[in-house]
Amino acid sequence: MSDNVVDLPIPGTAPAVDTRAEVATKSTRVKRRLTSRRATVVALAIAVLWTLPTFGLFISSFRPAGLISTTGWWTIFQNPGFTLDNYNEVLFSTSQSSPQLGAYFVNSLAIAIPATIFPLVLAAMAAYAFAWIKFKWSGGLFVLIFALQIVPLQLALIPLLQMFTQFLRPGQAWVHDLIPMIPEQGYLPVWIAHTIFALPLAIFLLHNFISEIPGEVIEAARVDGASHGQVFFRIVLPLAVPALASFAIFQFLWVWNDLLVALIFSGGTPDVAPLTQRLAELTGTRGQDWQRLTAAAFVSLVVPLIVFFSLQRYFVRGLLAGSTKG
Amino acid sequence: MTTADLLGKIIQVVAALAAFSLVIGLVLFLIDKAPKRGRDYWQLAFFLLPAVILLLVGLIYPAFRTTLLAFSNSSGDWVGAENFIWMFTQPAALVTLGNTVIWVICVPIISTAIGLAYAMFIDKSRGEKYFKALVFMPMAISFVGAGIIWRFVYDYKSGGNEQIGLLNQIMVWVGLEPVQWLQSSPINTFLLIVVMIWIQTGFAMVICSAAIKGVPAEQIEAAQLDGTNPWQRFTNVTLPGIRGSLVVVITTISIATLKVFDIVRTMTAGNFNTSVIANEMYTQAFRAGEQGRGAALAIVLFLLVLPIVIYNVRILRQQREIR
Repeated sequence: MSDNVVDLPIPGTAPAVDTRAEVATKSTRVKRRLTSRRATVVALAIAVLWTLPTFGLFISSFRPAGLISTTGWWTIFQNPGFTLDNYNEVLFSTSQSSPQLGAYFVNSLAIAIPATIFPLVLAAMAAYAFAWIKFKWSGGLFVLIFALQIVPLQLALIPLLQMFTQFLRPGQAWVHDLIPMIPEQGYLPVWIAHTIFALPLAIFLLHNFISEIPGEVIEAARVDGASHGQVFFRIVLPLAVPALASFAIFQFLWVWNDLLVALIFSGGTPDVAPLTQRLAELTGTRGQDWQRLTAAAFVSLVVPLIVFFSLQRYFVRGLLAGSTKG
Repeated sequence: MTTADLLGKIIQVVAALAAFSLVIGLVLFLIDKAPKRGRDYWQLAFFLLPAVILLLVGLIYPAFRTTLLAFSNSSGDWVGAENFIWMFTQPAALVTLGNTVIWVICVPIISTAIGLAYAMFIDKSRGEKYFKALVFMPMAISFVGAGIIWRFVYDYKSGGNEQIGLLNQIMVWVGLEPVQWLQSSPINTFLLIVVMIWIQTGFAMVICSAAIKGVPAEQIEAAQLDGTNPWQRFTNVTLPGIRGSLVVVITTISIATLKVFDIVRTMTAGNFNTSVIANEMYTQAFRAGEQGRGAALAIVLFLLVLPIVIYNVRILRQQREIR
């Protein structure tokens, strides 16, 4: 793509270019304010449209049960009412009919954290091999792995479940005998399944990034006698942090959002099942209990929001440009 | 949940993470100590084999076994193409195929268009961070959670009861009759598609925004000095500059859309003519015990994504050649 080629600034003229750029940016900013009013209005409309459904549910989750089912949330000022009972009930109530989300919340975390780290590390390693270790069939194998993204994971579910029952279950039973605190039906199948399904996309995305690291840096280290392991951990991983962080965010959210893999591999017990599975159950059996559903939905929403907001700075401009220019 | 339960869960996670890092560290240490001859092969094996073996055992082999299943009936006997004939002749199955096509046309195009437009509009504006957060938020919400949020929007109260769903309240405000949205075909399919667009737009917006910021400012300024208007700068400078990212966005969303399952499952369970292939596959294979039909649906899904992937591979090749 020839459009991407940028002329490098000639060192001697650099300051002059900078001032001109600064002036230009200032005038751009002024123009932008004048001409983009319509754009701002459209952007505002989209933002409101995108927020309103969640906002309505959020407001409702604090309204008493009687009010939720008889009046719209937008009438909150005509029909005021505020309560934390809904959250208290879905999280801490031990009564048989309540959702008891506490255990499922822990499960969601316990599934999502390892299921993010495992594929991240394995995919970064594979991506490094494809980018910087020369071997036969490198290109063909890479395209094959890339193509695996399209294998719908449903295609693998039944045989994979059979294999887990055959080979993993005895091991899990043994661990359960050794440490009774660990249930026989543990997280292991869910972790492995998520890791496998994440790998094709992860390898592809990380390869895009890792292969763009300047070759001189890696070759210099190799010439100095560094092994591939040292290059990977000392040079590639630190440089790839933005890409790793971006992928980690998406994988974490993906696992947290997942329902299908959990349905098949968790067995649906409070020992393993994540929040999504519990929420789906509640929607099916108590679809009109809005005081519970609203609060339960927000319990499932808290962690991803924290992850997103705390790691947002990795979505800064020019992930790669930054590392090569700096 | 008792304290013992919680402790058991924590032990599982910590032990798994410790074992994982221990194995990686140990193998790496041993490989650096390997005899010089053949060390490169050991290193290659260490980097590549874990992922390759997992994919081979966990994805490729099961996919082949499932393919065989597609030509068998529920008791495992070879039936030839019967499952496929069922799919293309039964009216209910045809509706499923049609819905999937509608989904995969609407979601990637609309969410990428909105995401890109939004990213352009808010680029370098004041409060860009907050604008982004608002639209990205649905991306952070689980599909099941999104299903609940939108079921609430589409909620219907019969008779003279006050509506608690926003959409029906709007109908009342403009003087129309409230509708049982999720039960009314074909509008219900589009209402489910809205949920997916609502989620995926955030993804498109974040990637597009990062790509837009990667377009060199000098190019934009040069175009500006040439007296171009904003639309020309967008089509002639920005768009070519972010083409690669756009391809990634559209293909990724297309693949996600073809595999969409949770939204349909939680909102209608595929009833009222809203089923899509991925949902029907789950229903047939895991609810109805018709593994053969489920597998056949999976293969059709595979054939539908194939063109997208071929296109993506070609773009990838082009980029490699340029390098």
